Amino acid sequence: MSGARLELAGVGKNFRGLRAVHDVSFSVPAGAIHALIGPNGAGKTTIFNMIAGVYVPDAGAVTLDGRKISGLRPDRVCDAGVGRTFQIVKPFKGLSVLENVTVGALHQRPDLTEARDAAASLLAQLGLHDRRHQLAENLTLPDRKKLEVARALATGPRLLLLDEVMAGLRPTEIDVMVAFLRDLNARTGLTILLIEHVMRAVMALAREVVVVSYGEKIAEGTPQEISRHQAVLDVYLGEQEAS
Amino acid sequence: MTSDFLLSLAQAVTKGLLTGMVYGLMALGLSVIFGVMRVVNFAHGEIMVVGMYLAWMGFEYLQVSPMLSLPVIAALFFVAGYALQSTLISPFIGRPEHQQFLLLLAVAILLVNGCLAIAGPDSRSVQMDSQFDSYELGPLVFDAVRLHAALAAVAIAGLLWLFFTRTRTGKSIRAAADNNMGALVVGLDVRRLYAFTFGVGAACVGAAGALMITIIPVTPFLAAEYTLLAFVIVIVGGLGSMTGALMGGLLIGVSEAVAGLLLQPSLKSMVSFGILILVLLLRPQGLFGKSGT
Amino acid sequence: MKFGRRLTDGVPSRALWGLGVLLLALLVAPALLGKYGLSVLILVLYFAFVGQAWNIMMGFAGQLSLGHALYAGLGGYVAAGLFFHYGLGPWAGVFVAVAAAAAAGAIVGYLGFRFSLAGVYFALLTIAFSEFTRLAFDHWEWAGGSGGLFLKVDATVDVWNLRGGPLLFYYLILALAVGAFILCRALLESRLGRYWLAIREDAEAAQAVGVPVLRCKMIAVVISASLTALAGVWNAFYYNNLFPETAFAMGRSIEITLAPIIGGLGTLFGPVVGAVVLTGLGEAFTDASEYFHIPGMKQIFYGLALLVIVIYRPAGVWPWLADKLGIGERRP
Repeated sequence: MSGARLELAGVGKNFRGLRAVHDVSFSVPAGAIHALIGPNGAGKTTIFNMIAGVYVPDAGAVTLDGRKISGLRPDRVCDAGVGRTFQIVKPFKGLSVLENVTVGALHQRPDLTEARDAAASLLAQLGLHDRRHQLAENLTLPDRKKLEVARALATGPRLLLLDEVMAGLRPTEIDVMVAFLRDLNARTGLTILLIEHVMRAVMALAREVVVVSYGEKIAEGTPQEISRHQAVLDVYLGEQEAS
Repeated sequence: MTSDFLLSLAQAVTKGLLTGMVYGLMALGLSVIFGVMRVVNFAHGEIMVVGMYLAWMGFEYLQVSPMLSLPVIAALFFVAGYALQSTLISPFIGRPEHQQFLLLLAVAILLVNGCLAIAGPDSRSVQMDSQFDSYELGPLVFDAVRLHAALAAVAIAGLLWLFFTRTRTGKSIRAAADNNMGALVVGLDVRRLYAFTFGVGAACVGAAGALMITIIPVTPFLAAEYTLLAFVIVIVGGLGSMTGALMGGLLIGVSEAVAGLLLQPSLKSMVSFGILILVLLLRPQGLFGKSGT
Repeated sequence: MKFGRRLTDGVPSRALWGLGVLLLALLVAPALLGKYGLSVLILVLYFAFVGQAWNIMMGFAGQLSLGHALYAGLGGYVAAGLFFHYGLGPWAGVFVAVAAAAAAGAIVGYLGFRFSLAGVYFALLTIAFSEFTRLAFDHWEWAGGSGGLFLKVDATVDVWNLRGGPLLFYYLILALAVGAFILCRALLESRLGRYWLAIREDAEAAQAVGVPVLRCKMIAVVISASLTALAGVWNAFYYNNLFPETAFAMGRSIEITLAPIIGGLGTLFGPVVGAVVLTGLGEAFTDASEYFHIPGMKQIFYGLALLVIVIYRPAGVWPWLADKLGIGERRP
């Protein structure tokens, strides 16, 4: 399994006349880890939802390895090789941790036993193996975040979309997650795009960072470049003073 | 020929509008309860039938006109609704729908069979003095009883409107209906508010029952039909919308009356269910509901 | 054989032995029970069977249908109508009956799911279709209208035309209930079954991991409606009469939902346990209420029992019972 190249070309979305995302273009090369950052309400999750098929863009197109995926249903986007997590985690609460991930694993393995084995091995990698028989609703928030990642990975994606999976994790847990993702990326060449507020994770993982504000891309570059970018500093310092 | 037909059509529409006002009052109770608590009252028709029986008993044994016993019934139902919500239903708020459904189904079974045990299966009606009176407006004839019931329903709906727009409790209930999280944030006593709301809803439907008995005889078996009718009305009008419930009542009242005239009377509910299906599919928020809620 | 192993995979041998003994007991039960006992057992099996059918939609896929009388009624009417008018035997008619109900289920399901009606709204749509059909059958001459459709009662046993006594219908409904039980187990232990559970828990998350939500829901409705239609056919030939007022009644739909809700939604034994509890209570209350000579007394007892169950065992009797007995049905 290897990564796929993601490309957004002039993507836009309006909600009842409100411009949520406007003319956003960027690309993530196969096997790269990029981050999407910006203040709250900047349109990051809307961009994710357009990639994942939840929303159909009003303008522009999303392509994966050159194949247009925007406009496809979410399950078709998953078929095309995109796995995603939800910012507000959405575990299958009444199912066990193992079965949560098994549902994802069934995507590529119709056989339940094989899917369950694949799920168990993913859970072991993410440190959830001991909790595999618990109901997902009994997990703590950090464990639910890990579960989101495990379930998305189980579908065997070529592009992984991570929506704030570090939020709510303790610093040591962030380091573990960062190490896991970096190792995964190195081993499999999986392309990763992450929305993240935890700058420590962004700096450690992302090769490039895309910054959005008020639905528009305002900057793009390496983490080092971005941290010196004046427009970005304005946006972020403004937000930090406000909050 | 055509003028005869037009006249009977106008007559049917009039009758439908008058009945529809009482329907609207009944549905208003269901809508208020759903709007605030997101609980579907599967015992709604049953509660109304209890109201009809109480009004009938008042008339039969105490010789009190349903119009006069109405305030008493409404007050009793408010108390009973308040008590029912704060004891039985309260723990089920926010639970899965099928559990709420089973709970209210059990309440419905108890209410309707309580009526059956006490009043028996026979149809009971109230013979008012004004039973055969009527008013004429040009060529149109209004049954006095139906007109009085409709006017009373409108008056009660007006009082409710005042309650919801002018009083603090009423405004909080509306706020809770619009956005139940908002009410939590503002720090209202939600449990008390819910109990109050269920009380108001029950009082509405109890009052509607007292009015309904002047138009239609009651049997225990009507209860399920009224529950369905109330569902149809609030969905068509917009679940949770108070104007919607009243307008839905008028629409269904008229459609029933006109269907009874043009088709067979027994087909009248088929038209209502047809309307329900269309509304569910094309405008699930209801004709008067806000979209996106 | 692989299929058989799949079915019994992970089931403790104790439970398998228990099931075997239960099946054996049910097979020989008619020899031991009197006429009354058999009629009660028939009711239990009937509710276990339709409950299992309904459970596929609600317990597995999470779609609340309160209009399942539509499928039972259609099934019964189609098979009985074909037999009554054209002498087409029920063993052939059942295919048409199931096809009709499956088509109805597909229509209701497609409309509901396509327009993303969920929860109460979907439930009301199912009620509306069922009531609509009831009123249509009330006025449909072919089906006997509101006067009903009657099958000739025949003393001779004729298995090919489903004419015969309670014994015939007992074994039929037993076969259906056992078949549905095995089918549900097989479904639950398949990819489709897991997809249903995922949709029940969170449809959006399910779709994000590649579950074709609409297709899976449609399959659930069609299977559920088809099985319910089988119950309808059985019902029509067992009772020999059909009335729109009862066949499509809201009460009939509610009756179908009770066993699985009370027994435990989404479990295999829930509908069975629920059917035993409900039928048992019903019979006990019939006896008890005869003592009072008050109309509605039986239903009052019944309502009280429902109230007690939903307050104290909202998740159903079976999960609690299984825990007590130490034979918990493993949660998927």
